[in-house]
Amino acid sequence: MQQQSEAPAGKQRERRQFLNRLTILLGSIGAAVVAIPSIAFLLGLRRTPQIWRAVGKVSDFEIGSTTNVSFQDSSPLPWAGVTAQTAAWLRRVDDRNFIAFSTNCTHLGCPIRWLAEANLFMCPCHGGVFYSDGSVASGPPPKPLRRYTVRVNNDEVEILTSPVPIG
Amino acid sequence: MRIFKRVWNWFDDITGISAVLGPLLKHPVPRARKSAWFYVLGSATLISFFLQIVTGIALASGYVPSSGQAYDTLLFITGTDIGRIVRGMHAFGASAMVILIGLHTIRVYLMGAYKYPRQMNWLTGAGLLLLTLLMAFTGQLLRWDQTGFWSVVIAAEQAGRTPVIGQWLARFIMAGDTVGGATLSRFFAAHVFFIPALIFLFVAFHLYLVVHNGISEPPQAGRPVDPKKYRSWYQALLARDGQPFWPDAAWRDAAFGLLVIVVVAVLAIVIGPPELGPPPDPTIVEASPRPEWYLLWYYAVLSLIPKWSEDWVIILGPAIFGAVLILLPLAAGKGERSPIRRPWSFVIVAFTVFMIAYYGAVGHIAPWSPRMESPPLPAQVVGATTGPVAEGARVFHYKGCLYCHLISGYGGIRGPDLTYAGDILTPAQMTTRIYSGGTNMPSYTGNLTSEELSALIAFLSSRHRQPVFPLPLPRKQ
Repeated sequence: MQQQSEAPAGKQRERRQFLNRLTILLGSIGAAVVAIPSIAFLLGLRRTPQIWRAVGKVSDFEIGSTTNVSFQDSSPLPWAGVTAQTAAWLRRVDDRNFIAFSTNCTHLGCPIRWLAEANLFMCPCHGGVFYSDGSVASGPPPKPLRRYTVRVNNDEVEILTSPVPIG
Repeated sequence: MRIFKRVWNWFDDITGISAVLGPLLKHPVPRARKSAWFYVLGSATLISFFLQIVTGIALASGYVPSSGQAYDTLLFITGTDIGRIVRGMHAFGASAMVILIGLHTIRVYLMGAYKYPRQMNWLTGAGLLLLTLLMAFTGQLLRWDQTGFWSVVIAAEQAGRTPVIGQWLARFIMAGDTVGGATLSRFFAAHVFFIPALIFLFVAFHLYLVVHNGISEPPQAGRPVDPKKYRSWYQALLARDGQPFWPDAAWRDAAFGLLVIVVVAVLAIVIGPPELGPPPDPTIVEASPRPEWYLLWYYAVLSLIPKWSEDWVIILGPAIFGAVLILLPLAAGKGERSPIRRPWSFVIVAFTVFMIAYYGAVGHIAPWSPRMESPPLPAQVVGATTGPVAEGARVFHYKGCLYCHLISGYGGIRGPDLTYAGDILTPAQMTTRIYSGGTNMPSYTGNLTSEELSALIAFLSSRHRQPVFPLPLPRKQ
């Protein structure tokens, strides 16, 4: 004890400077140990696989018709409830060919509706209109309607689940 | 009473609380005289925040933050008498908090109270304004009805327009590739833990600064702030003419705060909470999502700006708003505080309030939205039940024309009013417009049979200012 208190002032200052840095370092390591897994969990977004989902038999859809179909996301969480569903507008072009349109307007993502007798898609938010092939007819949408990949497999119409189209 | 006093004295002796809190509560504040009631807005915002915490905790005890069940728990909460009132208080409390923080910001801006030495008071307050709006948005979303569901999609789409990180941001908002099980939990955690924790931090810092710098005195024209002399001048003012915050000023805060709480409670009981929409089922495509009133003006602005400017406004609009709030106290941190010497401040406040009110009202009407629920035109409007005119009226409805065009008060208002179409356009002009379409009208080429077209023309040509005669009337061009 005697020795320490008689230590030169310069040494004492050096020691305090070291302790100062050590304390900050220890605190930072502690904070990082807590923060890294927490932030990683928050940012660790689930990538869901893309799988084919059947939406009906080929004969369920008339040629030239556009129908509202829905299918389940590829790997929904058990508590997702109704939000595990996705809707699409399915157009039967001819005998074997289908187009599946995303229901999201390309303007801001509002759900578009098919007006069967008018042969148009219309968005209730800002009045974007699309023709039956998904191209823009009028209003604010910058791009044609996005499409899901669709195929006919053993007389079943199948849609490939996909992320919500963004941008 | 004696026993309470003894308990308090014992408690105070071993905690020393009155020695710490006493001077804090009784810190001197300048006399505000005529403008004293303007100084209650900040504390009223804080009181409405506490109201939100208490009612929010109550609601959280009955709410299941699961994408599949939240809606059902809201139905349950709203179905009970007391749950309905608590939900109503939380909803009106949110509106109160948004209004009060807005008024408080206006008060501080007009009185120039953001100038030296209170720049950091303003900056923390600007942070609180932003956090309050985030709470309002995430809160509406937690209702998790159809509008709540689509709010996530629309927020993700807007975030998706950000250059470079847009895709990532959108996925982050949805907590995955689609809106699903993980989405609502994320917004619940943000609304209930993360954002309120930030608000607590900011409020603590804000209040510390209020005490440290002292509450601003009412401004006076011709008494500019000089950073070199202000603090000593302010201390002299307090010594000369100060009064203890508690209770000389605090009673007004208590009185106004109580008024806020009573108004919120009465509205909650009389009007009740906002109605729940249909369930958050993405397969129900009959949805017309609308934001709450505090964001309705922004929705209107986004709807009315030219198409080419959209990306810029969505990204730069909020960024510029934030930059102005940050730069204001840094760029104008000294000089005249009185609004009389800063006449532009009145213009800016009046302009901002007018824009929010005007565009909020426009957003409420949403003239750009087609009225997709419009029923067919009634016979007394059509003026015929058979023949080409009646047939044309049917075509006008089922081809979607009526959703955007008004006929005698029926239909939408997105496109021109066609009540007197027969007075304005010749059949040839009508045909051209129907076939060619326009910026906001689809072309109907290949989408109308010749019978449908002639019926439509017959119907539109029969729309006159005068009673309908089967005679060709002179037409205005």
